[in-house]
Amino acid sequence: MIEDLTVSHGAIKAIDAISFSVAKGTLAAVIGSNGAGKTTLMRTLSGLKDASSGRATWMDHNLLHGKPEHHVRNGVSHVSEGKSVIAQLTVEENLDLGALWRRDRNEAKSTKDEVFQLFPRLEERRTQLADTLSGGERQMLAIGRAYMSRPQLLLLDEPSLGLAPLVVEQIFQSIRTIVDTMGVTVVLVEQNAMGALKVADYGVVLNLGVVAARGKASDLIADPAVRAAYLGY
Amino acid sequence: MNKLLEVFLIGISAASIYSLMAISMVLVWRSTRVVNFAQAGMALLSAYIGYELVSRTGNFWIALPLAMILGAAFSAFIEFFLMRTLLKHSSQGAIAAIAPIIATLGLLGVIRATIGFIWGHYDRQIEAPLSKVGFKIGENTIAMSPMSLFVLLFVIGLVIIVTIVFQKTNIGLALRASAYAPEIAQLAGIRVSGIRTLGWAIAGASGAAAGILQTVNGTGAISPESLEFSLLLVFGFIAAVIGGLESLPGAVLGAIILGMVLAVVQIYISGTLVFIVAFLLLLTVLILRPQGFLGTKAGRRA
Repeated sequence: MIEDLTVSHGAIKAIDAISFSVAKGTLAAVIGSNGAGKTTLMRTLSGLKDASSGRATWMDHNLLHGKPEHHVRNGVSHVSEGKSVIAQLTVEENLDLGALWRRDRNEAKSTKDEVFQLFPRLEERRTQLADTLSGGERQMLAIGRAYMSRPQLLLLDEPSLGLAPLVVEQIFQSIRTIVDTMGVTVVLVEQNAMGALKVADYGVVLNLGVVAARGKASDLIADPAVRAAYLGY
Repeated sequence: MNKLLEVFLIGISAASIYSLMAISMVLVWRSTRVVNFAQAGMALLSAYIGYELVSRTGNFWIALPLAMILGAAFSAFIEFFLMRTLLKHSSQGAIAAIAPIIATLGLLGVIRATIGFIWGHYDRQIEAPLSKVGFKIGENTIAMSPMSLFVLLFVIGLVIIVTIVFQKTNIGLALRASAYAPEIAQLAGIRVSGIRTLGWAIAGASGAAAGILQTVNGTGAISPESLEFSLLLVFGFIAAVIGGLESLPGAVLGAIILGMVLAVVQIYISGTLVFIVAFLLLLTVLILRPQGFLGTKAGRRA
């Protein structure tokens, strides 16, 4: 739930009074071109950046107050832009990292099994350094690491960045699985507008820091104005 | 042949103490990206605390771990109250890069002055708990005494413990993750600022051990102006840089290389050249392998 949220970089408003809400257990795609404010939005929601004004809440939890580690403990995980894995650690260590703060060690172990089920490739490579993974595997690892914190809300920043179309398709399908079978709510930020809208339930189009359109993903795909401006046909 | 053995023994003894100092430089660098010049002062302070504890308890074996704990607490205190405030208020540009280093240099002066104020500007003596006379093999006395053998074994034990903690425990994973990628660690739910303080604490304990062991293994004398402690800082720093500044095994490797090279110079050429050779070694490594022996290029960037 976001209301009138404004975030500035110095004098420039990266996000200007945007509002939208995401229903529990759904997949929302935030699309828009470079500089639309998508990454800024994500960094604000996860506590990496301060907002200037407005409100952002998830259930009863205030997203604009506290550090990222505080949000993670309250069920909000963020996968930052550019395959956020730690290259010097092994695959398994990267995953364990996401559950370090959890006290329920046994359940954390079963969460890891769920991740391996979702991404079998990670299990094959569990003892390898993350540095040796391919781009797609790194993205799987980043999502897996975030999932290890057992989030209710998962913020994904451009998981398709720099990946081959086939791999992107795979990643999007896995995200859909996380929403459908694991009951996690996902906000997916994407430049790959068509791919994201196809897999999402709900869509928000950002343009230069303001909401240009929003609605059901299928309606947005059908909307001629959105098609012309963002989907390229 | 005998001379070669002597070089090896002197080198390995020196290396053990350099590696403790190098480990504390590396830990501080990894957790806050600061080269801590105050480490020499902190080690000296720990040596004085060790001196106090030895004279009060009369037992070196109690004093050593106690002084390490106090050294850790003091180091954590510095990080928490001084460095954290400083890093918060100088977040950008050239000043942000230089301010912490100048602050640690200033702190070095403050610690030395405080020590002089409390304990006076003359030598204090810590008695060695073990004999400093070298072992005898047949007719020959070798350059390894019970004291320096203890130092060597103690350091090996400490390095093993630190390695296990860093590689095998959850705390170690948090320490490594926070060092390599603080933002990702934060997003994974790690309380990075607390982990930073912990990194400084371990560095403080390691530095305290270096200060005390160097004193009892050497002349036993400490003074606020001690040259030995300045050298300890410089050699510890050089060892850390040779090893790559990022890596704990690198710090130990750097210390061994430095210790051996300096021992060769000392035995075969002259003890007065030690300082110059140490710097030549540093320059050579920086020219031929700028990332150090065990540092990665990516690591230096991160």
